[in-house]
Amino acid sequence: MYDVYKIREQFPMLTNAIKMQNKPLVFLDNCSTTFKPQCVIDAMNEYYTKYNSNSHRGDYDLSYKVDVMIEEARKEIATLVNANENEVVFTDGATGALNLVAYGYALKFLKKGDEIIISVAEHASNVLPWFRIAELTGAIIKYVDIVNGKLLPESLRKVITDKTKIVSLAQVGNVLGYIADVKEFAKIAHEYGAIMVVDGAQSVPHLTVDFKDLDIDFLAFSAHKMCGPTGIGALVGKYQLLCDMDPFTTGGGMNSVFKKDGTVDYRLPPYKFEAGTLNIAGILGFGRAVKFIKEIGIENIHTHDQELIDYAIEKLKDYDNIIIYNKDARNGILTFNIKGVFPQDESTLLNYKGIAIRSGEHCAKLLDNYLETKATCRMSTYLYTTKEEIDVFVDAIINGGDILDAYFN
Amino acid sequence: MPTLTNDMMRSIIMDHYSDPQNKHQPPRDGYEKVHMHSDNCIDDLDIFLLVEGNIITDACFDGTACTISTSSTDIMCDLLRGKEIDEGRKIIDAFHHMMHEEEFDADLLDEAIVFINTSKQAARIRCATIGWNAAEEILKDK
Repeated sequence: MYDVYKIREQFPMLTNAIKMQNKPLVFLDNCSTTFKPQCVIDAMNEYYTKYNSNSHRGDYDLSYKVDVMIEEARKEIATLVNANENEVVFTDGATGALNLVAYGYALKFLKKGDEIIISVAEHASNVLPWFRIAELTGAIIKYVDIVNGKLLPESLRKVITDKTKIVSLAQVGNVLGYIADVKEFAKIAHEYGAIMVVDGAQSVPHLTVDFKDLDIDFLAFSAHKMCGPTGIGALVGKYQLLCDMDPFTTGGGMNSVFKKDGTVDYRLPPYKFEAGTLNIAGILGFGRAVKFIKEIGIENIHTHDQELIDYAIEKLKDYDNIIIYNKDARNGILTFNIKGVFPQDESTLLNYKGIAIRSGEHCAKLLDNYLETKATCRMSTYLYTTKEEIDVFVDAIINGGDILDAYFN
Repeated sequence: MPTLTNDMMRSIIMDHYSDPQNKHQPPRDGYEKVHMHSDNCIDDLDIFLLVEGNIITDACFDGTACTISTSSTDIMCDLLRGKEIDEGRKIIDAFHHMMHEEEFDADLLDEAIVFINTSKQAARIRCATIGWNAAEEILKDK
């Protein structure tokens, strides 16, 4: 039995009765970031209060202990997505992970005229690194069409060629929240000799993602969108590709030998990509967050998200002035506009009512032509969101009142 | 200036949003332009000032903008039109002071006083000031 109230007891942001605009906070911006349970906060604090020492410096017990804890966290993350431990590289987040693929792999192997395929629904972090690579190598960016908000594998067949080297797509889009069949995308990419990169920032926290079964080449995700700390994430990559690609950052901890004549021997992956002192507290918090997610069960979280979105849509469906862009996405994301109301004005009104949602382009600035609107409002749920919170949200948007209430009440 | 009730302030904001008289391209050459793009809102505006000698002869703007930025920029254009550059700067300063709940001369701001509550919605200060920042930029080196 999924007991959302029991789950909420573990989150200080929920038990501390936080207020916004003097009203109880209703946090529905979980696509942006999520709250942290006490166990994650404790895991980070314990590092600073009980184990503080650097990793890879195993001359003494304390440091050895930290090394072991880091590897335990890596194992926790590897098993979540069914990858091998040595395929999990710690990065500063999904953005860092995608940039690592871009600069470590694409910059090394792509040449003029090669193609990189993305979609217009991608977040800036899965667009701009490729723009840079195109600029630096002369590669060409191409786009998979979006059909009714969805990314369909057959659309990839229309644009992919023998020159395509990289296909990079979000498994769950951060604006519309549809799930792309990345397994099928990967199959097509591989037929053409391209690699399949998956932005998992919005998928890994919400559904079962099986790196091996999907047969994708790289998977990027962030801890903070799944109850973990900010500033830490992972790039999961097939081991051989990690061996083939170059490090993006070099320095301490990632080399085994270097000499005056310039010869360097890097450590094997994943350590080859982890230069400098790591975000150790972040890694330990990340590992604990993943354990927490597993304890609740990722499928249970997915079902909970679906139920909440179904519940919201059911309550909103009869209101003609509310445009919902992703009715059948059912994945913890509801994207909408109110006719005649600017999205930012709506989010300000909701802010005034204590409700946090996101408005704007959601970092997917290529998508506006498809949606025929420059900006939208996005409400997003997570494992601790309740139906009562959805009620508050629905009530606020259907009885919105004047957008200027936020300024004059 | 007369004391405005909340209802009056609301209707002034809505009037300038629904029918912004100064939202158009410049009618002729000679205007100086600053483009403003908000990071956290949709606001994407060009602000145009026509400065002749010591006088801001005209002001207008165009682009995509939310209620607060449209209305605020429209009112600003009314206020700056016909003013000397120094006066214009003083008005802009007063507006910034109001935004940050500092002391300001309400007489200088006239209708722009309707944005006095923006500080309650701190995330929107950027919207309310976007046009003003652009005008300030144009007047900076005058």
